[in-house]
Amino acid sequence: MSVILKIDKVEKYYGSKSSLTKALDNLSFEIDKGEFVAIMGASGSGKTTLLNCISTIDKVTSGHIFVGGEDITKLRGNDLNKFRREKLGFIFQDFNLLDTLTAYENISLALSIQNKTAKEIENTVNDVATKLGIKEVLNKYPYQMSGGQKQRVASARAIITEPQIVLADEPTGALDSKSSKMLLESFAHLNENFDTTILMVTHDSFCASYASRVIFIKDGKVFNEIIKGNSSRKEFFDKIIDVVTLLGGEEDANY
Amino acid sequence: MPTIKLSFRNIKKSIKDYAIYFFTLILGVAIFYVFNSIESQTVLLDVSKSTYEIIDMMTNMLSAASVFVAFILGFLIIYASRFLMKRRNKEFGIYMLLGMSKRKISMVLFFETILIGIISLVVGLGIGVILSQLMSMLVANMFEADMRKYEFIFSMDSCVKTFIYFGIMYVIVMFFNVINVGKCKLIDLIQTSKKSETVKMKNPLLCTIIFIVSSMVLGYAYYMVTGGIDATIKTPEDILKPILLGAISTFFIFWSLSGLILKIVMSMKNVYVKGLNTFTLRQVSSKINTTVFSMTVISLMLFVTICVLSSALSLKNSMTANLNELAPADIQLSISIKDDKWLNQGYSVKQIENSKLGVRKTLEAFDFHLDDYLKDYIEYNSYRMEDLTFGDSLGDSLEYIKNNSTSMIPYNMPEEIMTISDYNKVAKFYGNEEYTLNEDEYIIIADYDSMVSIRNVALKNNQKLTIFGYTLKPKYKECQNGFTEMSSNHINSGIIIVPDEVVRGQNTSFNSIIGNYYTTSLDEQREIQQQIRNLSNNPQASEYSMPSINSRVDISEASIGLGGLVTFLGLYLGIVFLIASVAILALKELTENTDNKERYKMLRKLGVDEKMINQSLFRQIAIFFMFPLLIAIIHSIFGITFCSYIISTFGNKQLLNSIIMTAIFIIVIYGGYFLITYVCSKNIIKER
Repeated sequence: MSVILKIDKVEKYYGSKSSLTKALDNLSFEIDKGEFVAIMGASGSGKTTLLNCISTIDKVTSGHIFVGGEDITKLRGNDLNKFRREKLGFIFQDFNLLDTLTAYENISLALSIQNKTAKEIENTVNDVATKLGIKEVLNKYPYQMSGGQKQRVASARAIITEPQIVLADEPTGALDSKSSKMLLESFAHLNENFDTTILMVTHDSFCASYASRVIFIKDGKVFNEIIKGNSSRKEFFDKIIDVVTLLGGEEDANY
Repeated sequence: MPTIKLSFRNIKKSIKDYAIYFFTLILGVAIFYVFNSIESQTVLLDVSKSTYEIIDMMTNMLSAASVFVAFILGFLIIYASRFLMKRRNKEFGIYMLLGMSKRKISMVLFFETILIGIISLVVGLGIGVILSQLMSMLVANMFEADMRKYEFIFSMDSCVKTFIYFGIMYVIVMFFNVINVGKCKLIDLIQTSKKSETVKMKNPLLCTIIFIVSSMVLGYAYYMVTGGIDATIKTPEDILKPILLGAISTFFIFWSLSGLILKIVMSMKNVYVKGLNTFTLRQVSSKINTTVFSMTVISLMLFVTICVLSSALSLKNSMTANLNELAPADIQLSISIKDDKWLNQGYSVKQIENSKLGVRKTLEAFDFHLDDYLKDYIEYNSYRMEDLTFGDSLGDSLEYIKNNSTSMIPYNMPEEIMTISDYNKVAKFYGNEEYTLNEDEYIIIADYDSMVSIRNVALKNNQKLTIFGYTLKPKYKECQNGFTEMSSNHINSGIIIVPDEVVRGQNTSFNSIIGNYYTTSLDEQREIQQQIRNLSNNPQASEYSMPSINSRVDISEASIGLGGLVTFLGLYLGIVFLIASVAILALKELTENTDNKERYKMLRKLGVDEKMINQSLFRQIAIFFMFPLLIAIIHSIFGITFCSYIISTFGNKQLLNSIIMTAIFIIVIYGGYFLITYVCSKNIIKER
């Protein structure tokens, strides 16, 4: 399998010389194509900083990040936007659909900013919408849709550009358990049916248990890593809980 | 005191939101000061006493206008501050949640208003004082007076007045703010931001129908004030009809267009899905959708601004331009000659007898000899027939004209009649065209456009007139241009010129002398006029008919003064209207963008670059600003046509000049606000 994302000795410092904070400390790992990886860690462990660096919203202090073989820490100016436009997909906490736009327009926006033609856009949107089962809501506005539908629209928007990797930052943070479950299932669906590579940042073990691999971060370094393999989700969840406990567990074991 | 500190910090923090508000307040204060300080600027001017009287009248008018302006600015300030208050509901909610009493919050607001008031007054007055120095040059130029010497002018009166007026406005604002806080419920304050936007798509068919209907109504309103003006506007009150129709249809055009434009662009798929167009259009349409009413008001205010500015400026220009043409001689003296009928109106036999002396002999009776003062002069008479009115001279065409014109025309006015030789004397003296007549012909001399067009109807029908027993036919199919009485405008509504023998043996009605002085000094000319006027104080004067004086110095002073008055009044009201409307637009746009910050953040994450975002923002603001202006401009084309018809003295060239001037004003003020809004919005949506 080809490597989609390679984090190579990345360091990120915050603050001034007198009070230096190492948010990321010589961090390295790789993600292959088609993987669904969760990054876990306590608040302040550096997981969101890592995601910001990957999405080029923030810059690394040293080290390299390769996406599809391209060193994105070398990108500047418009190339950054181009990279974000073409190689990345995002799924946000509360879907972040534009409420003045219909579902169709929300999805097509990701393509139209790449200056695709109207015909191309129409075909692609219809294609993805059919696969995700949201064809009938395409002309509705976000306020007219159910939570699940909004999630699927947001997913469609994230994958419509066929990104190298889809990033999700605490996707279930603001959701109740039922909606969380629906979102995570749609992630798994994307991962299995569209072969989408997903990198999800979370502090929630239940959430992480939907991934195929979980990387634990502590104090800006990789602390541990576990792979789901052939185990069931329940078994995987238990394994995760074990590591979390080891980490100094603040996690609840309600599930 | 911590309350003051909090107020200070609040202002500093929200300076981005406040920038336009501040800017508008400062501009308002400055303009208010400048126009109220004109009086003290004129003190330094070297002008005659009578010009002073006109300036005095002007400053009184400006003063009166200031009350009106204060109302508009007051409304604007209250509106703007309420607008900003609403945005801060969450902040107040947090204060209250932290246990701050409503009284304390009111205090915070109270100090904030005082601070803003003081800063804007001080800065505004400073700018006003500087601007008023420029203004004095304009004033000097307007009254064609040299400034004796340049002096720095500060008007204490105007300063105090500005303080009082704006002080009152700020007090009212405070009052409103306190009431607003008092009404607040904690739950509402906290939840205001949670309201999610619902998009109401208007029915496109309904939109189309309403658009077509309101366009037709608007078209009819346009027709009423231009092409069909004679048929539709018969009394002054009738003008309300097209105004009302126009206002209502403007509202519905905004309402329907906001839905229609989106629908139309959506159907052009290639344009709609290009780049951020989808987003831009949706933003604009939702903005216009939620502000149809304010858009209408703003558009109408802009319309008034454009009409007032361009009409005022062209009136002033045409007045000065007409002066040389319409007042070619130095002085004109006239006496109305009375006959026995005047006995009933309280005139004595002696007076009636003496009125027949004419101008020259009357003056000589008081030992005033015109030859001593006038280098050259001519004398002419005119006649009046009891049974020949304006209506009569229209003859067979009267019924037709009555049905097709406004009812403001004086059909019962007796016609003025002059002989061809007398008229040619006058024309030669003025440098106007001279005419010849056959013994059975007449000519009508007129230069008042609306009367000319009415008279031409009758002339075209070859209307025969019976004058003192002679039947005459028109020599020309239309009125000839000219006048006998000097004035500042084209107001000669018609003189019938007849062959000399027609009036032989008839009593004259007017005797006039037109002449030029020996002296060219305006002051000496005024002196001579004053002497003639003083003759009326002679006890014997009651037995005579004293001549009325019409002179170039008087006309020029009156027209310069009137021109100045109209210009300043127009500028004052026009600028204030413009500021009020564009400030509302700018505030709306800025607060919208604060609300939409999240959307731009999301666009950035999708990989939209800054250039595209800024372009989209620029387009949104441009469309939002241009939409009401565009409709206002279309209205104005018809509005200005109407104004020039009513005043009917504008030359085309003058109108073009003043329209260019108006455009410059609008571009500077509107464009200024537009740029500030764009820059501020860019800052607002920028990621920190």
